[in-house]
Amino acid sequence: MAEAITFHFDVDGENFTSAGNASVQVKRKLRHLGFPADVIKRVAIAMYEGEINMVIHADGGSADVIVSPEEVKIVLADRGPGIPDVALAMKEGYSTASDSIRSLGFGAGMGLPNMKRYTDSMEIDTKLGVGTTITMTVKVA
Amino acid sequence: MKISELAEKMQLIPQSLPDPDREVEGFYAGDLLSWVMGRAQPDQAWFTIMSNVNVLAVATLVDLSAVILAEGVTLSEKDAESAREKGINVFTSDKSTYELCALAGELTR
Repeated sequence: MAEAITFHFDVDGENFTSAGNASVQVKRKLRHLGFPADVIKRVAIAMYEGEINMVIHADGGSADVIVSPEEVKIVLADRGPGIPDVALAMKEGYSTASDSIRSLGFGAGMGLPNMKRYTDSMEIDTKLGVGTTITMTVKVA
Repeated sequence: MKISELAEKMQLIPQSLPDPDREVEGFYAGDLLSWVMGRAQPDQAWFTIMSNVNVLAVATLVDLSAVILAEGVTLSEKDAESAREKGINVFTSDKSTYELCALAGELTR
């Protein structure tokens, strides 16, 4: 695998039950490509958290995963409301999810912190009323 | 210990058992999915009262050996079918999460 491979997924904002499909598919593809289990786990969890966030807060979006032998880059883009206070959103336990979302087991305020914890770099580009793009990288070596 | 052996000792009722020989390496209990995803380790069996389809995604992503639903909670038949397709072991029990943890602790001491 000399060149980077890109996978693109649309994340359906209406369908809570299909959230996670993209991350499960990426997990499978990385396994077929022979990536180490630790890398696969980190990519899959970071991506799943991002997918769930897009469903909860932004009515869906898109996920692009760029795979090269050195690193896996995940770009999650949505046209949601944007994040007013990124530092606050990054705090463990802080969440703006509704009670109905919490009743599904989400809204623990762990999504963004988990994404940061499981990746080597994470950048959040957000504009109120325009949307949010999160770029995460997991290094293979 | 194999999950089938553990299930028999704990009197768990299987709802999906595609991988009965799967080894269980420890346990985790919790209902907040992101928390579980951040802390649970591969091959652990997970005690929870959550039974929506996202539980299956977490079990797959973390590579858990089984999901054990407490307090008589069950998966819908559609989700149980999905668990079988995805190769995820799911059990149910009338015991509380605490009782299940205590029992699991006793059995694996």
